[in-house]
Amino acid sequence: MTQEFRLKDEGLIDRSKKISFKFNGKKYFGYEGDTLASALIANGVHLVGRSFKYHRPRGFYGAGVDDPYALVQLIRNNETIPNIKATEQELFEGLEAKSVNCWPNVNFDIGGINNFLRIFLPAGFYYKTFMWPKSFWYRIYEPFIRKAAGFGVVTHEHDKERYEHKYEYCDLLVTGSGPSGLASAYSAAKNGAKVILAEDKPRFGGSLLTSEVTIGNQTGKEWADKIVTELKEMPNVVVKNRAQVFGYYDHNMLVMSERISEHMPKTEKFMPKQKLWYIRAKEVVISSGSIERPIVFGNNDTPGILLSSAAKEYMKVYGVLVGKKPLIFTNNDSAYETAIEFKKNGINPIVLDSRKELNSDLITEAKNLGIDIKFEHVVVNANGYRKVKSADIAKISEDKTNLGKIENIACDCICVSGFWTPTIHLASQSGGKTKFNEDIDAFIPSQSKQNETTVGSANGIFNLNDTLKNSFEAGYELSKKITSKENKLSVPAVVEKKNSKHDKFWCVPLPKGKKYKRFLDFQNDVAVSDIELALREGYRSIEHVKRYTTLGMATDQGKTSNLNGLQLVSNIENKVVPEVGHTTFRPPYTPVSIGAIVGREVGKHSKPTRKSPMHSWHEKNNAVFVDAGLWLRPRYYKKGNETLFDASKREAENVRKNVGVCDVTTLGKIDVKGPDAAEFLNRVYTNAWLKLPVGKARYGVMLREDGIVMDDGTTTRVSENHYHMTTTTAQAANVLSHLEYYLQIVWPELNVNVVSTTEQWAGAAIAGPKSRDLLQKLFPETDCSNEGLPFMGFIETKLFGVYARIFRISFSGELAYEVNVESDNGNFMWEKIIELGEEFKIQPYGTEALSTLRIEMGHVAGSELDGRTTPFDSSLEGLLSKKKDFIGKRSLQKEAFISPDREKLVGVVPLDKKTSIPEGSYIVRDANAKLPNPKLGHVSASCWSVEYNNPFSLAIIKDGKNMIGQKLFALSPLKKKSIPVEIVSSHYVDPKGERVRS
Amino acid sequence: MLFIKCPYCGIRSQNEFAYGGDATVKRPELNKEISDKEWDDFVYNRKSPRGKHLEFWHHISGCRQWFKVHRDTATHEIFKTLKPHEEL
Repeated sequence: MTQEFRLKDEGLIDRSKKISFKFNGKKYFGYEGDTLASALIANGVHLVGRSFKYHRPRGFYGAGVDDPYALVQLIRNNETIPNIKATEQELFEGLEAKSVNCWPNVNFDIGGINNFLRIFLPAGFYYKTFMWPKSFWYRIYEPFIRKAAGFGVVTHEHDKERYEHKYEYCDLLVTGSGPSGLASAYSAAKNGAKVILAEDKPRFGGSLLTSEVTIGNQTGKEWADKIVTELKEMPNVVVKNRAQVFGYYDHNMLVMSERISEHMPKTEKFMPKQKLWYIRAKEVVISSGSIERPIVFGNNDTPGILLSSAAKEYMKVYGVLVGKKPLIFTNNDSAYETAIEFKKNGINPIVLDSRKELNSDLITEAKNLGIDIKFEHVVVNANGYRKVKSADIAKISEDKTNLGKIENIACDCICVSGFWTPTIHLASQSGGKTKFNEDIDAFIPSQSKQNETTVGSANGIFNLNDTLKNSFEAGYELSKKITSKENKLSVPAVVEKKNSKHDKFWCVPLPKGKKYKRFLDFQNDVAVSDIELALREGYRSIEHVKRYTTLGMATDQGKTSNLNGLQLVSNIENKVVPEVGHTTFRPPYTPVSIGAIVGREVGKHSKPTRKSPMHSWHEKNNAVFVDAGLWLRPRYYKKGNETLFDASKREAENVRKNVGVCDVTTLGKIDVKGPDAAEFLNRVYTNAWLKLPVGKARYGVMLREDGIVMDDGTTTRVSENHYHMTTTTAQAANVLSHLEYYLQIVWPELNVNVVSTTEQWAGAAIAGPKSRDLLQKLFPETDCSNEGLPFMGFIETKLFGVYARIFRISFSGELAYEVNVESDNGNFMWEKIIELGEEFKIQPYGTEALSTLRIEMGHVAGSELDGRTTPFDSSLEGLLSKKKDFIGKRSLQKEAFISPDREKLVGVVPLDKKTSIPEGSYIVRDANAKLPNPKLGHVSASCWSVEYNNPFSLAIIKDGKNMIGQKLFALSPLKKKSIPVEIVSSHYVDPKGERVRS
Repeated sequence: MLFIKCPYCGIRSQNEFAYGGDATVKRPELNKEISDKEWDDFVYNRKSPRGKHLEFWHHISGCRQWFKVHRDTATHEIFKTLKPHEEL
């Protein structure tokens, strides 16, 4: 198939490399260097999609990032990717793409009926219509609207591509490689600065690729190529193409997404698809250029109507004609470049210029080439549905309100130029102010907040001579600040054509009796009439108008529509544009893949996994793991077909009957050292610490300043000025920060140091009536008797030659010990315990059995100390010292905390002794009371008591202590359960605590 | 992402730090009789100003030191960072 619209030899594509691709199932050819858009246009394809709301035919409007139309679904390497811009997607062999937002196909789209119903679909239509009945929203309206709207489909498959993050620092980040970017980067780099030059397109050079200028003795493109080649060779410069700086954040941090492999048929092994760069730049040069503005006229969204600069780019970069009967509609000189380019390629364009006849370099050149120019003429309306076929044109009065006789002329494309809008997104995102420049009818950056400088057309400077001069200067001055060098380059001489003044004209009036749709926002189908309606309905703030009409809210973020929208609002309101102001520019400038934002932190890599030194033993012994914060802990050790319930019951029973061993490495451990350590602990904990002797442990509770329990654990006095503190697994990090806060800020006079030793020690809890016998076997040289190592005792000793610490502490409520060895010896310790414990029928137990044991003992843990309970609530009041002050003590006097009906810890047993009570159940007096049923409290933890062989739960209920013996109900509406229960003491097993002391 | 100068380590990215609240709040001395109002002011009541704010930060993934940051809450401009005992 021939490429009917391909020029013979113009362009920067490689005609020796033919590439085949498929669009909507049909096979086409293009060349290396094409975008999907340029290749389709070369093949005469202009209908590529349907619009968002009215499903009107969509073609191409731009040639790059500004294009609002050509979003396609891309199939690459068996993955389907939505929201791909055909104007940005580079062609590769075997590329497949499909139109979106149309059904059954792009040529015949059922949704196109919306176009004929559009009179019923004005701004705010959805808000007005789908309000009633309210219940219809979720079931009927929303699913229907969702199906009807949207660009493309997201895959439900796992994204197999790799995305990477990179952090980079530089002196100067230059965003855009047009003339201003190249000049700034070059001049700064030559002055010794570390520069990153980012270009969003595959080719460097920006406007130099398409403009007829001379720099020094070279063409613009030659000069750009030379500068880029030189920059690439400099060690202090990073040059990146296909890299979009999309966000300007605080403290000069910018984020850039680099497309590494999307222009290839598939990603090579170990290569990322995209890389997200976090760049901290000392200075930023914003050289993001400008985007051509549309002129608004009737049916100005018909395929074949596009920006004049895009038409020029398609010719000069891709060697493609957007049409053979072009009409060029402009209010300024730059469109004449497009007209001249057409003419040079043997096509006769007609130029409609809204201005009164005038002369300039370009107009004269066009005239000399014999181009037909109609001054004071405008396009009133475009005819054609799937492609423009003709235009209604007319003469326009000087005040731009009256149209002359309408004439119809045939054309196959209309190239529009309504002058240029500086791309100020990054400058505005940086927090800098903007100001309206009357000369160019657009906003430009004014006062900077961060270290950024905007140069070139992004700053409203549209001639090359000034651009180069300013940019060389900016690069030099900024680099001088950083490098203190003074190596200044001379600015090359420029030959360019001088432009005449543009016409302040942006919207063609409607001829009498005609109601053409004149579109402002092409992606969201916002027409002039929608804005007018919004203002009639009372919307005034531009931010409200935006949200009501969705002007500028689509994925193109109003790149082509914003200013015309503002012009319209200010016209209707009889204000000037700066009074109306613009909406906030927010990152990202272009859509960014979620994958790129997430980077490599996916699945199990989303957080680090902490494993105890005994992890591999647990794995080998059929442990089923559970996440405990970042840690993986054995939940139970599965034997045969056991369920969680069976296994944890077996493990807990074995602890009560024989002996069990549990990996407690994950407990937080903090070394507290220094002459004031005792005093410090005395302030941190609620109980007394000054008299704890060396070789003894004590249980302690710490509060937050607001009186709520923060954490609990045992702390052991290892030596005179050295304490070993333990925290719960969950609170370890918070407790350390808490201690550091008080030591560094509140009481810096205390001579104490704290450091986390959690990872330095491996811990094993040996619990059960036979634990002492086992301990004696493990430490034959040590006196493990009740006298030698009493409850809360601590000794340092050797485990078969390995340094070990034994703490006689118990969480299970049984006679129990905790042995710590250095982490590297953890596995050795564990295997020794298992080996020597065999004769005592030892079994390892996991967190589920551990919970069972602590719950039936009434020991509180995270589910009770949930950040809402005071020491009174959790029955820890015995640990509150009356003699000394401590963190949070003053809060305990609060009326609400001492109120007698506060919720308090109790035990709960089902009356039938069979039905387990779901955790989170409510405790109520009357199961059938009218809703809302007054709640007495909730069930915090449940287990199957192995001691009594029936379910047992802990609950926190109002006036708990006085409720003991009462018969109440546990309600779980989620599990649809209502269980008659009796309130008992929370100390269900061994209430006197005899076992731990035995 | 802010760029914060730890007085001990130098300039580092925000993700190494944890925010630690108003640094002008002073904890009442231990064992001192104080009114409910004074205590509530210490525990709960904060100004949350728009503009300049002296606040604590903790270099949690660095030297683990707490320090003060004088920051504009609206613009994120950081004027100065200080060690805990230093005053503005």
